[in-house]
Amino acid sequence: MRLILPILHLLPALVLSPLLLGVINRVKAFFGGRKGPPLLQVYYDLFKLLRKGAVYSKTTSRVFRIGPVAGLSAVLLSLALVPFGGSGSVFSFTGDFIFMIYALGAMRFATVLAALDTGSAFEGMGADREVQFALLAELVMLTGLAVLAVGTGRFSLSGMVTAVWTGTAIPMHAAALLVAAAMLIVLLTENARIPVDDPNTHLELTMIHEVMVLDHCGVDLAFIEYGSALKLWLFSALLTGLALPVRTGRAGADMAFATIGVFLTAVLVGVIESTMARLRLRRVPQMLLVALALTLAAFLWVLR
Amino acid sequence: MTSIGLFLSALCVLTLGGIASAFHRKPGRGVALWGAGITAVGAILSLPPAIGVLRTGKAAVFSHPWSVPFGTFSVAVDPLSALFIILISVGCLLSAVYGMGYLEDSPNDRHPGSPWCFFNLLFASMLLVTSARNGVLFIMAWEAMSLTSFFLVMFDHEKASVREAGWTYLTAAHLGAACLLVLFLLMGGGGGNLDFDRMTAPAGPAMAGGMFILAVLGFGAKAGFMPLHVWLPEAHPAAPSHVSAVMSGVMIKTGIYGLVRIVSMLGAPALWWGWTLLVIGAVSGILGILSAIPQHNLKRLLAYSSVENIGIICIGLGLWLLGTAAGHAELAAFGLIGSLLHVLNHSLFKTLLFLGAGAVKHGTRTLNMNRLGGLGKRMPKTGLAFLFGAAAICGLPPFNGFVGELFIYLGSFGAVSHVRETGILGAGGLTALLSLGLIGALAVVCFTLVYGMVFSGEPRSPEAAHAHEPSARMWVPMTLLAALCLILGLAAPLGVTVVAPAARELLGKPLAHAVLAMAYPLLVKISLIGVIGVIISLLLVVLRSRLQSARRVEKAPTWDCGYIAPDSRMQYTASSYALPVVDMFGSLARPRLKFFMGGGDFPEGASLSSRAGDLFRTYLFSPLFRCIETVARALHGLQQGRNQLYVLYIAIAVLALLLLKVR
Repeated sequence: MRLILPILHLLPALVLSPLLLGVINRVKAFFGGRKGPPLLQVYYDLFKLLRKGAVYSKTTSRVFRIGPVAGLSAVLLSLALVPFGGSGSVFSFTGDFIFMIYALGAMRFATVLAALDTGSAFEGMGADREVQFALLAELVMLTGLAVLAVGTGRFSLSGMVTAVWTGTAIPMHAAALLVAAAMLIVLLTENARIPVDDPNTHLELTMIHEVMVLDHCGVDLAFIEYGSALKLWLFSALLTGLALPVRTGRAGADMAFATIGVFLTAVLVGVIESTMARLRLRRVPQMLLVALALTLAAFLWVLR
Repeated sequence: MTSIGLFLSALCVLTLGGIASAFHRKPGRGVALWGAGITAVGAILSLPPAIGVLRTGKAAVFSHPWSVPFGTFSVAVDPLSALFIILISVGCLLSAVYGMGYLEDSPNDRHPGSPWCFFNLLFASMLLVTSARNGVLFIMAWEAMSLTSFFLVMFDHEKASVREAGWTYLTAAHLGAACLLVLFLLMGGGGGNLDFDRMTAPAGPAMAGGMFILAVLGFGAKAGFMPLHVWLPEAHPAAPSHVSAVMSGVMIKTGIYGLVRIVSMLGAPALWWGWTLLVIGAVSGILGILSAIPQHNLKRLLAYSSVENIGIICIGLGLWLLGTAAGHAELAAFGLIGSLLHVLNHSLFKTLLFLGAGAVKHGTRTLNMNRLGGLGKRMPKTGLAFLFGAAAICGLPPFNGFVGELFIYLGSFGAVSHVRETGILGAGGLTALLSLGLIGALAVVCFTLVYGMVFSGEPRSPEAAHAHEPSARMWVPMTLLAALCLILGLAAPLGVTVVAPAARELLGKPLAHAVLAMAYPLLVKISLIGVIGVIISLLLVVLRSRLQSARRVEKAPTWDCGYIAPDSRMQYTASSYALPVVDMFGSLARPRLKFFMGGGDFPEGASLSSRAGDLFRTYLFSPLFRCIETVARALHGLQQGRNQLYVLYIAIAVLALLLLKVR
C-alpha cells in the first residue's frame, strides 16, 4: 500500500490534466458570453494529433526530435516529486524541490533548443522571451520553496507541504500564503497564461510559448501539449498544497479535495485570463520581481 | 615499485620526454605520436598511485634532503592530492589525444616539437603542484606551470592579439605568484624550513587572516576569482584548443587546490574568511555568467563560464569555512563536498566544451558565433557531445553537474536553517541560495544560446556551410568525456565516492561519514530517477516511431509565416538572443552598441556593431595600470644614462644613510 498509493496519485494527473485546459476555456467562454469549446476538446485534439503524420523542417536536426520527448519525460519526473492530497509523492528526498526546479529547467532547455533548431526568427524570439522570463520565475520558485523548507525544517516537497499547515504557528501560515501568492504568478508565467502570454493569440510576433512550437506537428505536438497540461497540473497541485490545507486523514477524501483544489485553481486562472489584459513584455519582469519580493518578505516573516 | 615511486617516475618521464620532444625537427606524425605518447605514459604511471591512495585513504610520502635551502625535497600524495592528480591526468591524456589531430591542422613548422614539450612540462608541473609538500618546491612547480602554459598560449605568437593575451596572462600569473611567495615566507615563520609538515599554525588571528588574504589573492589569480579573472577571457581564446581545455578544465583548479590546502593548514578559520569566499564566489558566479552571455567569440564565452563555475566552487568553499567557524559542521561538510564534486564535474564538461569549440574552429576556421550555425547536421558527433556538455554545465539532471550543485544548495539550506542561533550564518545561506539560483538560470540562457547559435539552424556563413567533422582522434576524446558526464549523473554515488576520501581527510572521519551516510540514499534516488527518465524517453521515442510508421513523414522548409524567401540571415543571432537578458541587468553586462545609419536620401551601408568589454578590465585594471605607467614615466626623469648623475645619487644616498646613523 505504501508503494501503491503514491503511484495511484499520479493517475489523476495523467488522466485529468488535459481537462484543466478545458475548464479554463469554459470559464473564459462564460465571461465572454460564449458557449465555448467542449470540456474534452483537448483530449480530442491530443487523439487527433497522435494519429497524424508529420512534416519536419529541412533545417532541423536530432535536437528537434529529442526536444518533445525530453520535455515530456522531464515533466513526468517532476510530477513524481510533487505531493498530491494526503499521500506523499512517489519519490521524496532531501532537496527534491531543487531537483524538480532543475528538471523543469531541463524541460525548458529541450523546448528552447528544439525551437532554435528550426532557424526561424520567430521561434528564436519566443525562445529568447521564454528564457528571459523563466530566469526570474525560477528564482521566485526557488526562494519560495526554500522559505517553506526553512520554516518547516523539512527539506522535501512532501514534508514541507504536510508540515506547513499542521502546526499552529501563525507566521508559517502567513508565509505559506505569501509564497502561494508568488507561486500563482509563477504558475501564470511558466504556463504561458495571461497576463504574461496569451495562449489564444494569433500573431506570431506576440507569442512566447506557442511560437516556440510552431514547427512541431503530429505526435511531437501531442507530446508537447500533453506536457504543458501536466505542467499546469503540477503547479496547480503545488499551489493547492500550499493554499488549501484540507486534511481529513483519509487518503481517498484527501485526494478528492486535492483534485477539487486543482480544478479551483484552473477556474481562478480562467477568471484572471478573462478579467485582465496582457502586460507589455517589458512589464513582465517587474511582475516577477514583485513575486520575488513576496517570497523574500515571507523569508523575513519566517525567520523573525 | 612503491606507489610514490611510480608517481615520481611519471614526473621524470614527463619532464625528460617533454624536453626530448623539443628536439624533433620534422613536423608530422612522428612528433605528435611521441608527444602524446609521453603524455599517455605519464598518465598511466600517475593514475594507479592516485587511485590507490583514494582506495586506502593513506598518504604516500617521499622526502629527501636536497641542496636547495629551506627544507627537503618532499612530495606526498594524500587523498586531496590524489583527487586532483586524477583530474589532471585524465584531462591531459584526453586533450593530448585530441591535440594530435588538432595540431596536425595548424603545424608550427619551425618548432614542431615545442607545443608537445611545453604540454608535457605543464602536465608534470601540475602534478608536482598538487603533490609538493615544501614551499620552495611548490613555488618552483607553480612558476613552471605558469611559464609552460604561457608558452602554450603564445603558440600563434605571430598574431598581435595573441601576444597581448600572453602578456596579460603572464602579468596576472606573476602578481599571483608574488602573493604566494610572501605567503610561504610568512608561513615558514623565519624558522628556515618550508616543509609543509614542519610549518606551525600562524601566531594570532591577524597573522592567520593576513595569510588567508594572500592565499586568496595568489591562488585566486590562477583560479579566476573576480576581479582577478581578466586573463582568462584573453588567454583561453588565444591558446590552441586542447591547451585551453587543459587550462580551463584542469589548470585553474590548481588554484582551488592550493587554497584548500593552505586554508586547511592555517588552523581554525574565522567567520569573515567564509564571508570573503562566499562574496567572491557570488560575484564571480553572477558576473561571470552575465559577461559570458553577450560574447561573440565562443572560446571567450567559455572562459567567462569558467569564471562562473569557479564562483560556484568558491561559494561551496565559503559555506565550508562559514560552517566550520560557526561550529555547524554539517553545513561545512555539504559545502566542501559540493565544491569538490563541482571541481570534478567541471573538469569533465569544461574540457569537453573547449575541445568542442576547437572542433568548431577546426571545421569552420572561425569562432564568431554570429558566423556559425547549422553545425549539428554537419558535425553530428561533435554536436551531440557538445549538447551533453552544455546540459551538464547548466546543472540539468540527469547529468553530473546537478549533483555538485545540489550539495552546495543543501549546504546553503543548512546555513539558513541555523539563522535563529547565528543570524549571520542565515544571511550567508540566503546569499548562497539566491546566487546559485540566479547563476543556474543564467547558465541555461547562456548555453541554449551557444548550442542554438552554433549547432542549430542554418549556417550564417559559407565557412559554416562547409564545416566538416574532425578526425577520430578529435571526436573520440569528446565522446568519452560526454559519456563520463552522463555516467556520473546517472550513477551519482560514483562521483561522491571519488571525492569522499578527500572530504574525509579535510573534515575528519566521523563527520564525513555521517554526512555521506545522509547523502547516499539521496544520491541513489537521484540516480534512480535519472535512469527512469532515460527509460521513459526511450519508450516515448519508440511510441512515436510506432505511431508514425503508418503515416506520412515528410520534409519541408521551416514555417516562416508565409514569407516566400527565407534566408539564413533572417535567423536570430547570438547578439539578438543575448540582448534582452543582459539588458535586464543594466550596465553590469550590457554590450556597447555602435549604430551607423548611413546618410543621404538613399542611405547605404547602415551597420550595427556590438562589443562586450570586461567590466573590471575597463573600469579597474586599465585605469590602474595607466596610473602606474604615469608614475613610472615621472620617475623616468631620474634615469638619464649620465654616469656623473648616478655618482651623485650614490653620494646623496650615502650621505642620507650617514645622517640617519648619526641622529
